[in-house]
Order: sequence, then structure tokens, then C-alpha cells
Amino acid sequence: MNTSTDVLENLIASAETPGSKFYPAFSADDELNSKAAEAISHYPDDQKRSAVLPLLHMVQHRFGFISAPAIEWVAGHLDIEPIKVVEVVTFYPGLRQSAPGKFHIRVCRTLSCAMAGSYELMEKLCEVTKIDRSQADPHSSPITVSPCGNYSVEFAECLASCGSGPVCMVNDDFHEEVPAEKVQDLLKQYPAS
Amino acid sequence: MSITYKSGKEPLTQEHRLIFRNVDREDWNPSMERALQEGYYEQLKKALKMEPKAVIDEVKASGLRGRGGAGFPTGVKWGFIPPNNTKPVYLICNGDESEPGTFKDRYIVHQDPHQLIEGMIISCFAVGAHVAYIYLREEFPEAALIVQKALDEAREKGFLGKDILGSGFDIEIHLHRGAGAYICGEETGLIESLEGKRPYPRIKPPYFPAAMGLYLCPTIVNNVESLCHVKHIMEMGGEEYAKLGVERNTGTRIVCVSGDVKRPGYFEIQVGKVTMRELLYDMCGGPKDGKEFKAVIPGGSSSKILRCDETFKIGKGDDAKDLNFWDIQLDFDTLAACGSMAGSGGVIVLDNSRKISWVLNNINHFYAHESCGQCTPCREGNGWMKKVSDRIASGKARPEDIDTLESIAYQIDGKTICAFGEASSWPVEAIIAKYRDELLAETSEDNVTKSTEQVEREKFLQPS
Repeated sequence: MNTSTDVLENLIASAETPGSKFYPAFSADDELNSKAAEAISHYPDDQKRSAVLPLLHMVQHRFGFISAPAIEWVAGHLDIEPIKVVEVVTFYPGLRQSAPGKFHIRVCRTLSCAMAGSYELMEKLCEVTKIDRSQADPHSSPITVSPCGNYSVEFAECLASCGSGPVCMVNDDFHEEVPAEKVQDLLKQYPAS
Repeated sequence: MSITYKSGKEPLTQEHRLIFRNVDREDWNPSMERALQEGYYEQLKKALKMEPKAVIDEVKASGLRGRGGAGFPTGVKWGFIPPNNTKPVYLICNGDESEPGTFKDRYIVHQDPHQLIEGMIISCFAVGAHVAYIYLREEFPEAALIVQKALDEAREKGFLGKDILGSGFDIEIHLHRGAGAYICGEETGLIESLEGKRPYPRIKPPYFPAAMGLYLCPTIVNNVESLCHVKHIMEMGGEEYAKLGVERNTGTRIVCVSGDVKRPGYFEIQVGKVTMRELLYDMCGGPKDGKEFKAVIPGGSSSKILRCDETFKIGKGDDAKDLNFWDIQLDFDTLAACGSMAGSGGVIVLDNSRKISWVLNNINHFYAHESCGQCTPCREGNGWMKKVSDRIASGKARPEDIDTLESIAYQIDGKTICAFGEASSWPVEAIIAKYRDELLAETSEDNVTKSTEQVEREKFLQPS
């Protein structure tokens, strides 16, 4: 391991979570490399940096979160210093720095959904999945993983479906009109393993 | 030709559907095949035979005003590209849809992507852009697949690529996904994000990225809905389109209603042709049983709140008149005259069961979370406003906290690089101005808000 990785691992701690077991460690294969090259081709030759979000999405989609080695891989493809990738990763709420649960649930917290009962929905989700959100903080630790690692929850800001609240997303699936009473039905679609 | 809509999703008689014509339609899907059956891409063919300037003139004649929030005339914005420009021109579709209360673009990108793509290609042709990006919010992963498929189909059919339809015009559109940041809806923040940096909005001037935008080249940023309107303007002609709606507020727009009404949802109406009364009672079914309407946030959470029992003095000189809340027409100018804004069309309705301190606190949490952190008044101020409103909502505040909160808001407003400062402070200013008594009632002189450090320090201070 070289020094730049050491520095990076101090910046992006990627602490182990109960969800870690569901995600493979980062490694770039040919498929990922060619997808990265394709994404980079969408931007002018001297503006490769623009592809930082597309590349990070690819990483997060497959590996669950953005680790230090992944940041080096992205920086390498874009010919930029890793810190420029770090500053992006640490800015966006949609990019994660440690493993979520196998099923990551984002509950909309904003006004219309809150009026429709999203706080109650979150409470019920935590109760059923045995998640303790008391240490959660919207900035420093938005995501809480269940002890079994199957589920994680996060309060998201407006998911743009205010007329059908409360809404939530489970991984890439969108669910509208999910009052607290429907939590069991919702989770049945995502069985723990 | 009649259209059958899905049961329970039929448009109301007050609606006028252009953009949402095919949304929630039976026998509809987002494929190219289905789109072509409905005559999609015919307007593109028509536009390609025109001079680009003629297309811009049609859009100017239509009076179309941006549907993203600011309501700036689209055709005028397009005209800001410097005439002697030698750099490439870019067009960006702002699909970040992040203003709380707004949920219209969601249905376009999920159900009718070809409408957007056709509108975009026409717009690119008009402004001379050969590369365009659709900046889609990260929270629409399914839409990302749908839009990408639609782009691939359009490329296959020769609507995208080199020399499209033998016109000699080259155009490529790429999809770019955001990563969950509200600030990316601000156009210069969006551009920074697209450049691969933190989305810190840029200092103005230049006021419009048309002068200097993506990669410091002229760039046009338009909302999803605005770009879709371009297709319909080509179809109807600018003048004919301008007959929809009211003067200076032309066309149709999608109003999204959420919160305390019987039937929330999205309605495409002629701008200014529907009043608050019609919208909330006739179209949304009135308040929930046993409740009464209390207040309305008319244009996304950053617009100033309106009390349902308010009367506004609008107009000047001979035109001056009193306007009752229920008679407000939903257009840009009337809402602006009432001290709020039409914004992005997200109407959030509150009934008398809602504590205004709770609403205020929810909004403050949103903005404290979403401030990008570039400007100190906004970064610090929004955090403070959240803390003070936490106190108010939990009954731990003192009466002077209301003044503190108000003073913080006025120290953010107008003192930041981008409009987020106003977006976050306007709701606070308006709620305090209109509901001070209700907020004061939740405070108490008996509450102590001094920190332990402060109490300790005061032991050593001389009494004044």
C-alpha cells in the first residue's frame, strides 16, 4: 500500500458496518474499466473531470459505497488528484462512505411527506428492523444499519413525490403512499437473508 | 380522437393538458415506437427546415416563462448568447427537481421522455448547441434507465448524432445523474456539478450562463417542463400558444398540490386561469373532513407563505385593488404582487391542525441540510435558524427567540452568492411576519436558553 492510499484512508474511513458482508471489496475489472471509458467519452477530452459523478455512481452501484481504493481508481481514470474526488464524495448526500444494509431505505423527511406521516414511518421501520437511530445525524452519520446488516435507514430530503406521501426508496425501487401500517408489507418484498 | 386515461387518474375539466397529455394514459409507454404513433418528432422535422433564429422568435412570441422557479422568459434567455461567440454552445436540461412541493418533472421523465428529448433537440438547434446534457436527480434511478433507453432509441432513429435527418445539424445528448444535492437545481451550481466539482454556485455577474457557463462556454439551462413546452410552441406557433393563459403569463403549467387537501395531485392548467378557490376546493376537493384551510405555500417551500384569511393590496395607481386570498389567480405576476411567487408550481397546503412552529422547523431542517456551505451567512445562519426553531417547536424557547430568528433570516437574505439565501430565509421571514402571535404563544419567559458556560461566566460579570 502506498502513502497516498494511507492519506486517503484517513480521509475516507469507510468503517465496517453490519452491512459490509453484503458488498464485495472494490476491484476494477475489464467491464468496469470499459464502462468508465464510455462515460468519460461523453465529455470533452480536456474535461474528463466531469465524469466524476458517473464513475462514482458505477462504483457505489456495484460495491455499495465509495472506498479509498475506489477513489484512487476514479482519480486515475480522470487524471486528477484523489483529493478532488474526495471533495465530491464528501459533499453529496447521495454518495456513501461506508456500507449500507443489503436493502437501503431512504425515507423522505421534507414537509409534505412529514405531514403525511414520514416520521411515523421511520419510527416503525426502525422498530421492525431493530435499528437504533439515536446516534444518527443528518450531516455526520445519516445512515444507520440494522444489527443483522440486512437493512439500513436514512432520512432523505424531498424525493419529489409530495402528492403521494409518505414516500420512500428501497435501493433503486420507489414506493409511494407507505404509511407506518404498511411497513410489514413493504419489508416482505425485501426478505432478510 | 379521445384519449383514455387510467381509472382514477383522469384529467379534470379545469385542466388543459399539453405536457401531461400522455401521462397516466391507458395504452401508453415511454418507447419510441409508441411516441412515433402519436406524431412525435414531427415538430423537430419542421424546426430543422426553419432558420434557428426563427425558432427563437417563435419561442419569444409564445411568451414562455421558465417553469423551474424564477419564471424568466425562455426566449429572452436564449437571446443572451453573445452574437460574436466562437466557443461551443451547450444546452443543459435541469432535471434536478428538488424544490420541496414540486413533483411534475418526475412524470415527464418516467412516462414521456421523448417529449423532453424532442423539445431539447429543437432547443439545441435554435441556440446552436451540438452537445446537451440532461442533469437528472439521483433519486430517479428508474427514470435514468428510461431516459437512457429513449436517448439510445433516438440515436438509432437518426434524431441524434451527425447530420440528423439530413439537415447538416449535429447533436448529441448525454444523461448526467446528480447525487442528491438541492443546490444542483441552481443553474451555476448545476454547471459546477457537471464539471465534476463541488456544486458551489458561481459569483454573478455574469448573471446568465448564456454568457459564460459550462467549461466557460455559453450555456443555456432550462427546466424539463420548459423544454417540453418548446415542442408544443412549434406545433401551435408562438402566437397561438400565447393565447393560452393570461397576458404576460402564457401557456399551461403543471401545478402540484400536496399536504392537507382531500385529493392532492398534479394538474396542468392554463396559467392564471384558475384561482386558489377553484384549485383547492373544486380541483382538490377542499380540506379534509372536519378541518379548515389555514395557509398555503404557493410555489415550493422557499416561496413566502400566504394566510387563507389574508387580503392583499395589489396594483398601483388606478389599478390598485384589494385581492382576497381565494381570488388569487395562479400566475407569476399575481403571486408576485401578493408578496410570494409562483416558483416551481409546488403548492403545499396546511390546515388548522398544523402547528406553524412545526412547519417552520421542518423547513429550516431542510435548508440547514442543503446549504452548500460556500457563503458564511447561509452556512451558519441556516444552522442557527434550525437550532432556534428546534427550541420553538419543542416549547423551550423564550419570546425574544422569535426576534433572534427573524434577525438571522434578514442577515442571510440578499447576502449570499446564489438565491439559496433568499430561498431559505423567505419562509422564515414570512412565517414570523404572519404568525408571530402563534409562535409567541409557544414560548415562555420562564425558559432558560443560556448555556452552562454562559451561566458560569455571568457569575463573574458585574451587574450593570
